[in-house]
Amino acid sequence: MLKKLRWPDYLILMVLLAAAVVIWVRVEGVLVYEWRWHIIPNYLLRYDEEAGRWVTNLLTQGLISTIRISLMSGFLALILGTVLGVARCMQNLTIRMLARTYLEVLRNVPPVVVIFIFYFFLSEQLIAAFLIEDWSRTIARSDQGWIWALVFGDMRLFPSLISGVLVLALFESAFVGEIVRAGIQSVDRGQREAARSIGLSRLDELRFIVLPQALRKVVPPLANQFITLVKDSSIISLISVQELTYKTAAVVSSTRAIFEAWITAAVLYGLLCFGLSLVFRRLEGQASRHG
Amino acid sequence: MRESLGCGHVLGHDAQPEGDAWMQTDQPIIRIRNLDKYYDAFQALKNINLDVHQGERIVICGPSGSGKSTLIRCINRLEEHSAGQVFVDGVELSDETRDIRAVRQEVGMVFQQFNLFPHLTVLENLTIGPIRVRKMSRPDAEAKARLYLDRVHIPEQADKYPAQLSGGQQQRVAIARSLCMEPRVMLFDEPTSALDPEMINEVLDVMVELAESGMTMICVTHEMGFARKVADRMVFMEKGEIIEVAPPAQFFTNPASARCRMFLDQILEH
Ligand SMILES: Nc1ncnc2c1ncn2[C@@H]1O[C@H](COP(=O)(O)OP(=O)(O)O)[C@@H](O)[C@H]1O
Ligand SMILES: [Mg+2]
Repeated sequence: MLKKLRWPDYLILMVLLAAAVVIWVRVEGVLVYEWRWHIIPNYLLRYDEEAGRWVTNLLTQGLISTIRISLMSGFLALILGTVLGVARCMQNLTIRMLARTYLEVLRNVPPVVVIFIFYFFLSEQLIAAFLIEDWSRTIARSDQGWIWALVFGDMRLFPSLISGVLVLALFESAFVGEIVRAGIQSVDRGQREAARSIGLSRLDELRFIVLPQALRKVVPPLANQFITLVKDSSIISLISVQELTYKTAAVVSSTRAIFEAWITAAVLYGLLCFGLSLVFRRLEGQASRHG
Repeated sequence: MRESLGCGHVLGHDAQPEGDAWMQTDQPIIRIRNLDKYYDAFQALKNINLDVHQGERIVICGPSGSGKSTLIRCINRLEEHSAGQVFVDGVELSDETRDIRAVRQEVGMVFQQFNLFPHLTVLENLTIGPIRVRKMSRPDAEAKARLYLDRVHIPEQADKYPAQLSGGQQQRVAIARSLCMEPRVMLFDEPTSALDPEMINEVLDVMVELAESGMTMICVTHEMGFARKVADRMVFMEKGEIIEVAPPAQFFTNPASARCRMFLDQILEH
């Protein structure tokens, strides 16, 4: 890799700089946009006069909610995706076709449409069927409410949180399934044959021989997919799940600080995802060093 | 040679032996009758007949692509045959065979590429079968595993991972893994072909010891020194057919078919 800048690099940088200046001039001169960066910190943390301490405000709440939803739906998507991936490799044609259909639908329909369909046809019905609304309201009022709140956040928002997690997990599971399928198929055929030749059942073969090797191989692509999931999670603001994008929109509508709020959201998403990728890269480096 | 390749058993033309007396006296542990195997339109095995009795050692040789692997893989149903019959200990292998796993427990297999489980330690490679399939307790399974590691002369490697072992050691672990299931027959598919020359003998020594212990063995190999030492019968295959079956003394000195003689000349040259 070249570490020194040469003339093409200077050219590229000049062009970028010129573009930035043009945009700046337009924003400053034509739009006459009045920057109000000073109001943003207040939407991250604000001082609660009554309680006498600092509390999180909309944007930070949204970020926490995004992290929470990502972790939960990531976990769920991993389980669903593993099932899908295994289904894609089964001998049974019907099961294989069903898993394939699921994937193809998700791959060929825009995410927003998928999300709305999942939301109205599935998670709304589930939430109604299991009386989750009533249940979560009871929990919110009960004494142990704070324990639940630790994991799930505000329990009054629990139904919407669950919808979000479900919808996102269903959406991502198709892609996790593809990754897992590739992992399973990358396990040497001889491994299955050896497992079979000592008499292991198909389930044991999968559980003790194929999946452990497959999942080990797919950790890096799964980590990438998780970062994608964090970014995709902004879509569920459309079904009124109160995560970072939703909260940012709320801040924008009450303050009109369009650029400031959205740039802040971008930075928060960016830091989160970049941080994750650094962590994953380090873990991967360690794993490969230990064989 | 056409009808019955078994030793001293003339079964006549019936595909299936009749009469319980025969079944009880000396039933071959493996019976292969008129076996055909197709890969799509390509016929990999043509009308194979072979009986193997308890305690017999069979060595199969033949040019590459002659169907040796396919044949022994039909014995534990890693390949499904297209026509004919395969019996293991009297149980016919077919789609309907309820418990193909029960059959596989009786038939150990050693592969050219070892196929050890890379994510498990040597000890775990050896115990997973006994624990999961034979439902043995972990301490019992480990005791048995150590016993067989001893038998293949690598008791000190129990806690290593396969990748940390030499090829010869890995293949001996693979043999021990099969033996831990206490099989009645062992199949070997070119067990030394993937090994560096200096490691071949350590594996062959273990196989000779196994033969001497009375294990029924079917070995695909081109190690003719080994074959001379242990084989009861040599089987020569070409183009999916068994061309010749003979005791080693006769096979090596005076093979009946010209093709077999040519093959032997080629591999014994080196
Ligand atoms: N899975 C398969 N699909 C198609 N053809 C195969 C397959 N396995 C083996 N064959 C063919 O069957 C023939 C016999 O193969 P094999 O039993 O591996 O021979 P050998 O072990 O004697 O070298 C070869 O011509 C090979 O190309
Ligand atoms: Mg072969």
